[in-house]
Amino acid sequence: MRIRDTLENYVFVLPAVVIFSVFYIIPFVWVVQLGLYEWDGILPTKIFVGLRNFHEIVFQDKIWWQSMWQAGYITLIALTLQNALAFLLAWACDREIRLKNFYRLIFFIPPVLSEVVVGLVWQWILDGHYGLLNHWLSAIGLGGLARNWLADPATALTAVAVVHSWKGFGWGFLIFLAGLQTIPKELYEAARVDGANAWSSFTRVTIPLMIPVAMLVGILTVLGTMQAFVLIIAMTGGGPAYHTQVPVLRILAAMRGSSRFGYACAQGITFGIILMAISFIQYRFSRKARQV
Amino acid sequence: MKTALYYRTKRIGINVIIHIFLLTVAVTCVFPLAWMVSSSLKTQETIFKDTSLIPSEVHFENYYLAWKEGGFGRYFLNSLLYTVSVVFGIVIVSSLAAYAFSRFRFPGKNILFAMFMAAMMIPIPGSFVPLYVLLNKLHLRNTSLGYILCMINVGLSTSIFLLKTFFDKMPKELEDAARIDGCSKLGIWWNVALPLAKPVLAVVIVFNALNVWNEYVLALIIFDSKPLMPLQVALMTFQGEFITRYPLLMAGLTITALPIIIVYILMQKYIVKGVTAGAVVG
Repeated sequence: MRIRDTLENYVFVLPAVVIFSVFYIIPFVWVVQLGLYEWDGILPTKIFVGLRNFHEIVFQDKIWWQSMWQAGYITLIALTLQNALAFLLAWACDREIRLKNFYRLIFFIPPVLSEVVVGLVWQWILDGHYGLLNHWLSAIGLGGLARNWLADPATALTAVAVVHSWKGFGWGFLIFLAGLQTIPKELYEAARVDGANAWSSFTRVTIPLMIPVAMLVGILTVLGTMQAFVLIIAMTGGGPAYHTQVPVLRILAAMRGSSRFGYACAQGITFGIILMAISFIQYRFSRKARQV
Repeated sequence: MKTALYYRTKRIGINVIIHIFLLTVAVTCVFPLAWMVSSSLKTQETIFKDTSLIPSEVHFENYYLAWKEGGFGRYFLNSLLYTVSVVFGIVIVSSLAAYAFSRFRFPGKNILFAMFMAAMMIPIPGSFVPLYVLLNKLHLRNTSLGYILCMINVGLSTSIFLLKTFFDKMPKELEDAARIDGCSKLGIWWNVALPLAKPVLAVVIVFNALNVWNEYVLALIIFDSKPLMPLQVALMTFQGEFITRYPLLMAGLTITALPIIIVYILMQKYIVKGVTAGAVVG
């Protein structure tokens, strides 16, 4: 009876465990294994090369490091511009204000759309010949600024970063708003009784209480933005001349472009370790900030 | 002296500034979509000249062309099939597991649950490379089943987490009563627990549906043959082949985005809930 009961319990978790083992654990093990081989993905023979793939990534692959810095640049813009905007909007909505629900509805439209849709629509708006942005610039007499935004190495990466922030600020907005709403109104009243004006109650009450939330949004932004790449495929495909390449695009290129499966897996491991290191550092920071 | 009128004017002034700020951002959120719809109603001849948001002539035939000639009708049905199957799979598989993790005792329970949770924390960038190899070995590459199983796995951990958290807080009285009445464990799960979990199931369904409908990279590496492709991959393929056919492309984009926007507007409550719950996970 006891044994039957336990077996019955396993039936409940069995489908989940089987799917998870096949489609998560096996790929996880294979990434680590394949990273040590040179393999084109087709031939049955894999050549063991030890850590040579990693050596190549770290010391020789300049485009890999360029793509890493570029992902870092997009992340920096997302961390500052996008999150500052998200916070300001949440702060503006956290009061008795008309149309609050309407704003909340609208601000989360870009995040629910797919990266392909967003990327292709913005590519059309930023198009060098017929794009709306250039048309408007010349209409207001700034035709000199018009350019092929996504084909110009000077602007392509920033354009991608701005569109990424446009697509993403709604997440931060919702989380910040939820955080602001947990601050008890009594705290603001107490501050006012003590003679604080709007500005000092903002800097002395709102900001300190929002630091843990800001840390959380920060971690989510970094992990999400560093790994973003579909939007870039849709906008530039990684060009012009590698100027909008990011690590995951390099992995995809190593796999599909040059058929180097082992190298692609080694890139995946390298990038995974870097991401874990970043989130660990951020986690330590946020623990410290919480103790203050 | 500062009168009541002064304070009132000041408050209204601040409100006006706040509304201008919020409205400006709201317009930038909606405008690209309006421009997408507007472009989809122009023709190949007028699209490069007519730069007004409201087209001088409206051409709905682009939608007919995109649906038939561009093949978006087929891709739409593919996306619909994948989304429905994956969400159905996730709901059944993850609610079974979450119910067991919440209610039953069995050896290895904590380790198994920790495994699912660890999968949410550990990023494997480029996990599509081994998945491609795996599906090739299983002869599931370029099949709908292969894609559906992969996507069920993608949504599994988060869904189990959300459902288990809900079951943990749910009172057990009704289930106890059902057990005394002689209901089996599976019967209790299906007849008692699942109906009570409707609010959190809605979050799980909406989030996974958006996720599958919008998924791109796994579909890209799994499907070679066009008749199996979902919308996202088909859009990129179409754009690569007919780089200047903007009206048709914009019609295809609208066909892709519209269901998402409708679902979002109808289910907004659950999405907001999901975002805040998801944030707690991180």
